[in-house]
Amino acid sequence: MTSTNSNATANTAANTTLLGDLALALISGRIRVVDLTQTLTPDFPQIALPPEMGQCWPFRIEEVSHYDERGPGWYWNNFSCGEHTGTHFDAPIHWISGKDLPNNSVDTIPVQHFVAAACVIDCSEQVKSDPDYLLSVEDIERFESQHGRIPAGAWVLMRTDWSKRADPQAYQNFDETGQHTPGPSSEAVQFLVTQRDVLGFGSEAIGTDAGQGYHLRPPYPCHYFMHGAGRYGLQCLANLDLLPPTGALLICPPLKIQKGSGSPLRVLALVGS
Amino acid sequence: MTMPLMRPPRKNPVLRTRQMSLPPGARGRVALGMTAAAAEGRFELQVCQACQATQYPPREACHRCLSPRLKWTAQTGEGRLLSSTTLHHSNDPFFRERLPWRLGLVQLDCGPSLMVHLHGDVGNAPERVRVGARLDRAGQAVLIGFPNEESVNMADDKMLREMTSDPKFRKVLVTDGKTAVGQALVQALVKAGADIVWVGHAEPWKKLPGWDEISKLPQVTPVPLDLTNGKSVDELAGEIGGKVDIVLNNAEVHRSYGIGARRGTDVAKAEMDINYFGALRLAQAFGGALKSRAADGETGATAWVNVLSIYALSNFPPHGTYSASKAAAYSLAQCLRAEMRPSGIRVVNVFPGPIDDEWNQSMPPPKLAPAALASAIVKALKDGVEDVYPGDVAQEWLERWKDNPKVLERELAAGGS
Amino acid sequence: MTNRRRGYEGVAVAVPVTVPYVRHSTHSAHWFIGHAIEALVKASGLAKEQIDGLTVSSFSLAPDTAVGVTQHLGMSPRWLDHIPTGGASGVMALRRAARAVQAGDAEVVACVAADTNHVDSFRQTLGSFSNFARDASYPYGAGGPNSIFAFITANYMREYGATREDFGRIAVDQRTNALKNPNAMFKKPLSLDEYIAARPIADPIHLFDCVMPCAGADAFLVMSEARARDLGLPHAVVRGAIERHNAFSDDPVMVRGGWLVDRDELYAQAAARADDIDFVQTYDDYPVIVMMQFEDLGFCAKGEGPAFVRAHQMTYDGSFPNNTSGGQLSAGQAGAAGGFLGMTEAIRQLTGAAGDRAVPDAKLGLVAGFGMVTYDRCLCTGAVILGRPA
Repeated sequence: MTSTNSNATANTAANTTLLGDLALALISGRIRVVDLTQTLTPDFPQIALPPEMGQCWPFRIEEVSHYDERGPGWYWNNFSCGEHTGTHFDAPIHWISGKDLPNNSVDTIPVQHFVAAACVIDCSEQVKSDPDYLLSVEDIERFESQHGRIPAGAWVLMRTDWSKRADPQAYQNFDETGQHTPGPSSEAVQFLVTQRDVLGFGSEAIGTDAGQGYHLRPPYPCHYFMHGAGRYGLQCLANLDLLPPTGALLICPPLKIQKGSGSPLRVLALVGS
Repeated sequence: MTMPLMRPPRKNPVLRTRQMSLPPGARGRVALGMTAAAAEGRFELQVCQACQATQYPPREACHRCLSPRLKWTAQTGEGRLLSSTTLHHSNDPFFRERLPWRLGLVQLDCGPSLMVHLHGDVGNAPERVRVGARLDRAGQAVLIGFPNEESVNMADDKMLREMTSDPKFRKVLVTDGKTAVGQALVQALVKAGADIVWVGHAEPWKKLPGWDEISKLPQVTPVPLDLTNGKSVDELAGEIGGKVDIVLNNAEVHRSYGIGARRGTDVAKAEMDINYFGALRLAQAFGGALKSRAADGETGATAWVNVLSIYALSNFPPHGTYSASKAAAYSLAQCLRAEMRPSGIRVVNVFPGPIDDEWNQSMPPPKLAPAALASAIVKALKDGVEDVYPGDVAQEWLERWKDNPKVLERELAAGGS
Repeated sequence: MTNRRRGYEGVAVAVPVTVPYVRHSTHSAHWFIGHAIEALVKASGLAKEQIDGLTVSSFSLAPDTAVGVTQHLGMSPRWLDHIPTGGASGVMALRRAARAVQAGDAEVVACVAADTNHVDSFRQTLGSFSNFARDASYPYGAGGPNSIFAFITANYMREYGATREDFGRIAVDQRTNALKNPNAMFKKPLSLDEYIAARPIADPIHLFDCVMPCAGADAFLVMSEARARDLGLPHAVVRGAIERHNAFSDDPVMVRGGWLVDRDELYAQAAARADDIDFVQTYDDYPVIVMMQFEDLGFCAKGEGPAFVRAHQMTYDGSFPNNTSGGQLSAGQAGAAGGFLGMTEAIRQLTGAAGDRAVPDAKLGLVAGFGMVTYDRCLCTGAVILGRPA
């Protein structure tokens, strides 16, 4: 008994030193915190489904008082939005393929998963000429040949610089045939899930799947396979161009909503200088 | 000869804006019957059901046989001008600011003598005239002597323009230009001579047919406007609110659900958020500036139009939550009318039956074409009518509702329409 | 079967009082009423308590009526009437007071008409004048009877060929009379040219066709002839009196007044003819109505008004004295006192109290009342013939 205790004590000491070092590194700026989150405003585009279907609420905010007769000494607001508004987290329960998995809602996902390594695959050049660009298995293999194998339990983030499209119309990129935004191919997703055991997939666009993802096989393959395997999604990310291809640590805890399918959240990355 | 209205010169911005004063607005309860009819565009007087004598001014018992059975009945208004005068002096602030002003004494063929405002194209007595009823700036019915035949530029008569909300040379905000109705409204307003039509669109990334065509019209300025977003409404009001003369709120969400056909309140909420709360946000943001410019020159602020639905009167169960949202919007529109009244802004409520659009696809005909609705609204603005029931279905529902609202309720509940 | 009405034998009218007219006053109507009754008391030698009957006519008394006045002025009459009929109130007050005295219901009745005139009194009064005015006339913007009488005047001119000059004659002669009335508001002569050139109000009504609203009061006492003699009060007697309301309602526009309906009875009561009348005090809200009174009270036929005024001098010393005080057009209209103006002037003319403007050898005078414009005409008409005591 005693030896386990002293082992635990030693481990705790070592870990305390690790955390202490981390704290110092943060204070000194050797480790920087990068914000990967879009600001929640009513103007931020919201995913739009066909009108017969239920819609996710866009972000809306109304003042309760503003140092005025409604509340003389204070300012506060009420806001409303959907679980999938703005920069947000998708839990496995969000998709039909993940609906029966254990620990599949935001309140039951093991919190250990909310801090994890991230690999950033840069497709920004390709997307410039093709907004429907699909991240391919070849893209992943090329990334790994330069930066090493994608570790298990890491996020894979698809950098497209799509977040730099400030005009909501350009961000949504609709025409008569629907939405045109980049995402992963069906093969790429299956590869990441079965061959690399990733934690989840992150996108700068409004969905983890490409805008034309309905026409892939199966439809919306990223949602289908990731959530079907109990993995997660992040969308509407920003500043992926500030991250190194590997080595960043992603912090992304969603709100603890009972049986929640996702939530808007603050996505931060720890990056070494 | 009425001179055609000329485009007024640009306003000198350092001059104080003339504030609205209203013509005398007090009426007894019985006299309000004339106002109720004029609100819908009709000239009615009481006719005794016992002896057929027409009564004027409105009263509680027949002036001939004392019967209390007096029924409001539509009048042709045909009569002869007995006498006329031009006021060069008035103790009343509204009229004082608008002198000289012509009045007439008319005897209707059916008997009573009426004091009327005289249209400028009416000559001196003796002359045949046609009397009509209009709502004045206080929102009360007044009688007007019109020339027996339509004359050129009749609508531009100075006195008549005070009673109406003609879009000519005015600046209009149409809140939703994405729908067929919105686009038809824009076309109709441009045709009616509006100087500027600001056309609102929410969710600019959604490409809907007709939008590009509308945006290209020289009078049209597309503006972002999302009635579910208070920020959007406030920002637009800040930008153009001080210039808008007519607010035309046609934005709506229309789904075809009752209560049991769909679980969840999100669709009903979406309907309420635009149909009711959207109207509230719009009124809070745009109302103040509109009211303050009600007397701002010949083409100042004049009207607020709410496109409601005939389902606001009586719930149409297959579109039950939509009906409820329109009923809420109607009640709010009545509140708006009361709040706008001291400023002389006319609140026009429109109650169309089913419109020939995608949300009414499964409704049987007759359905109202968007162009027909648009033209009915523009006509109501020009005629100064404040309660509009365009199309056959709306007219018929109104008749059934007025006859017995409980019977209509039962008919609709039994699957009628 | 006609019921012969009772005559007015034994009734005297005395003590004509005028509280001088002023253009504007901050006092309430009660001040002018109190002033008038004080003057009645002083001039009659009676104590206030001996006045046991009271009629009050006023537009600016609200929310009080005659009742409130009794407490306000510390009076306890046994007969009271509130007569809110403006220009007809003098004739109507006299008729009612006379019957009270004849029946013994009161011994001395004070009849008072008074109004104040604040700066915006006129507009306030009009706003709540009558249901029909509120619903069918006021909304049309004249803010008063001007438009209605413009219609009536224009129609009369077209129908009977009257000209503005004809109406001007009435106004000009009344002004001449007014110059001899120290209480009149207008002090300068008026020529026909000035009348014609005056600015339009509501054509064909111009400035000098309109009365000037002001504040003031008129009053008189009604009692038995015996009492008047006992008190040594100069007095006139009532020879006949009529009233009629809402006459000729089927006439689409007013061309004749209710006097026409009962005038034969008036002269029959007085045992007199139109020719016997030495002066008239017509109700002159507008000259066209004066002309109608000449016709409807029997001085000329309907439509002959224009010819009549062209043929007569209507000054106090002329061939047909009319409104010898200047009338409302020149003395001013102190609200309801406008309906008493003719009565007090008539009493003065018949009791030798008319000073410089006395009608020579006046024995019989006619006072007409007209009032309460609703939306297209006045509803009340009345007339009284007063004479010297036998």
